[in-house]
Amino acid sequence: MRIFKRRNSGEKHSTLQPVAGNGLLDRRALLGRGIAFAGAMSAGGAASLTGAAAEPLKDEQWSLEPGEVLSPYQQPSKFEKKVTRILSNPRGEPRTQHARTPHHMLNGTITPNGLHFTISHQGNPDIDPDKHKLIIHGMVKQPLAFTLDSLSRYPMVTRAAFVECGGNSSLLFSKEPVQTDVQNLHGLVSCAEWTGVKLSVLLEEAGFDKNAKWMIAEGADAPAVSRSVPMKKALDDAMIALYQNGERLMPGNGYPVRLLLPGYEGNMQVKYLRRLKVVNQPSMSYYETRTYSPVLPNGKAYRFFFLQEVKSFITHPSPGLMLKEPGLYEISGIAYSGTGRITKVMVSADGGKSWAKAALQAPVLSKAFTLFRMAWRWNGSPAVLQSRAWDDAGNVQPTRAEVVATRGETKTVARVGGFPSQHYNGITSWGIAGSGEVKHVYA
Amino acid sequence: MSTRRIAAAALLFTLAANSSLAESPRLGKSITEVEIAAWDLSILGDGTGLPSGSGTAAEGAAIYAQKCVACHGEGGKGGNNGAVVGGGPLDRIEATKTIVNFWGYPTTVFDFIRRAMPWQQPRTLSNDEVYALVAFIFAQNKLIGEKDAMNAQTLPKVKMPNRDNFIVRFPKEI
Ligand code: HEC
Repeated sequence: MRIFKRRNSGEKHSTLQPVAGNGLLDRRALLGRGIAFAGAMSAGGAASLTGAAAEPLKDEQWSLEPGEVLSPYQQPSKFEKKVTRILSNPRGEPRTQHARTPHHMLNGTITPNGLHFTISHQGNPDIDPDKHKLIIHGMVKQPLAFTLDSLSRYPMVTRAAFVECGGNSSLLFSKEPVQTDVQNLHGLVSCAEWTGVKLSVLLEEAGFDKNAKWMIAEGADAPAVSRSVPMKKALDDAMIALYQNGERLMPGNGYPVRLLLPGYEGNMQVKYLRRLKVVNQPSMSYYETRTYSPVLPNGKAYRFFFLQEVKSFITHPSPGLMLKEPGLYEISGIAYSGTGRITKVMVSADGGKSWAKAALQAPVLSKAFTLFRMAWRWNGSPAVLQSRAWDDAGNVQPTRAEVVATRGETKTVARVGGFPSQHYNGITSWGIAGSGEVKHVYA
Repeated sequence: MSTRRIAAAALLFTLAANSSLAESPRLGKSITEVEIAAWDLSILGDGTGLPSGSGTAAEGAAIYAQKCVACHGEGGKGGNNGAVVGGGPLDRIEATKTIVNFWGYPTTVFDFIRRAMPWQQPRTLSNDEVYALVAFIFAQNKLIGEKDAMNAQTLPKVKMPNRDNFIVRFPKEI
């Protein structure tokens, strides 16, 4: 193994000291020069990277002729065709549609717009932005109507924020681990840079009643999706978002205008936003009192969950990505919290017996994706990889056992695409077999 | 601190707090609640916002057979889409939630049908039709009598069996 050769070569070996069981290495190993990563995890079965036969280099055809004409709106390379969202209802049958983000095929903190997750209860509406209006009324001095044109003239703010469905990761409530990949397990969360108008500015302009505790947000889509939002949140960091990663919102993410409530349940961040009504009590709408109210083991249910609590999961390696041979690898993944900024991510390679601190990629932003990385020398024997996150509000990602102790688990094994409950933020475990295959396990 | 300095500090604070307002171009156009009425679908938990109109289970049964049965099944027992009548015990976290075993507020049933159903033609039902459908669903679920009419006065008083089984998860956020 390279790691021992390096030690023999007389370089400082402190950077390669194990920091936790089963091969986790000091994070400075990530920065070290001259370390050969046994490398790539891949879905294919290409030849070993380190053992490639030496052949004289030659120019390929693409280097010997002019390339393709540019397109006005560019698409990824044709070799990236499989990097797509998984659709739960591709024929648009009368039920909800889900499109899940392929986290295991991405590497960054911002989700490309075409791959941002979408849930649509009655399809994406085809809204003409010139005709769309946003109304603010109810407990206000003067009800107001805004056009897209007028909103575009307000002072704008820009921030990164993840958006997560309240039902994301809920397959982990299954009494047995559901065998699928990170996209099916955790694909209903994405992160983008959003630009828009601070909602408080518009509420002030309408002269909202200071005694009002709630605001009902409603969309212009077929089901007129409607959620009650505490005024506290509306006046804090809520945004009327117009841009997603620099361009206008995607139709599946609320074109032409959505409510952004950083850190809150995705369904509350109403898309196609057309009406805000300031009120003195919640509406007890379908999605807040039925769909996103999870049942507890004693038959009672939580209501007004609001927050997407601190969570992390490993994306590399993860099911579907084989480890081809023993050697040095980088474990990486995503951490985020609806209650603040990620302060620490710990990684374990022995199913939680020992832990080491992962390196966090700067910048680490509140209520946005944070990338973590950990150096790992896989010795070819079975291992269980886990990650666990902390945030600056003092919240800790729970173990799965801790989640199950209060929230319960299913009596029958859940199926891929199902939602046995909502709001799972516990630890995810990947079991690495001697063959290099990665499976979803409970540990 | 002198009174004057306190006043100055207070003024500064006000300016800072309102700085976003000061920058606002104030482009919202005045509109009246009358003009908004057609869009104002909000019904609150206590029944505020329920429109005028009325309907009975018998009327509702006929509308159901025409506009709902294809997806929600005979007698509301469920088909391609969920049951609107009946429901098992909440004896597991993955239990199927139904109107009678889970929904806490009768107003939600009116609100959801009015805004979202029937699935292919939302907001095509009259208020009388929605009241009639709610009466039909409630009567089938034995939440009201066969002859009870549903309207803005009677509907909010219907007692939902699961009403008191909810816990606010994050009260500090409200
Ligand atoms: C084309 C199929 C279709 C038709 C027709 C239809 N529905 Fe629905 N209904 C659905 C779907 C799909 C949902 C789930 C919506 C969601 O979860 O976003 C639903 C949900 C509901 C619910 C909520 C049930 C629950 O417990 O979650 C009620 C109540 C309802 N429909 C009533 C009606 C009534 C009344 C009619 C007739 C006026 C009707 N529906 C016609 C497809 C249909």
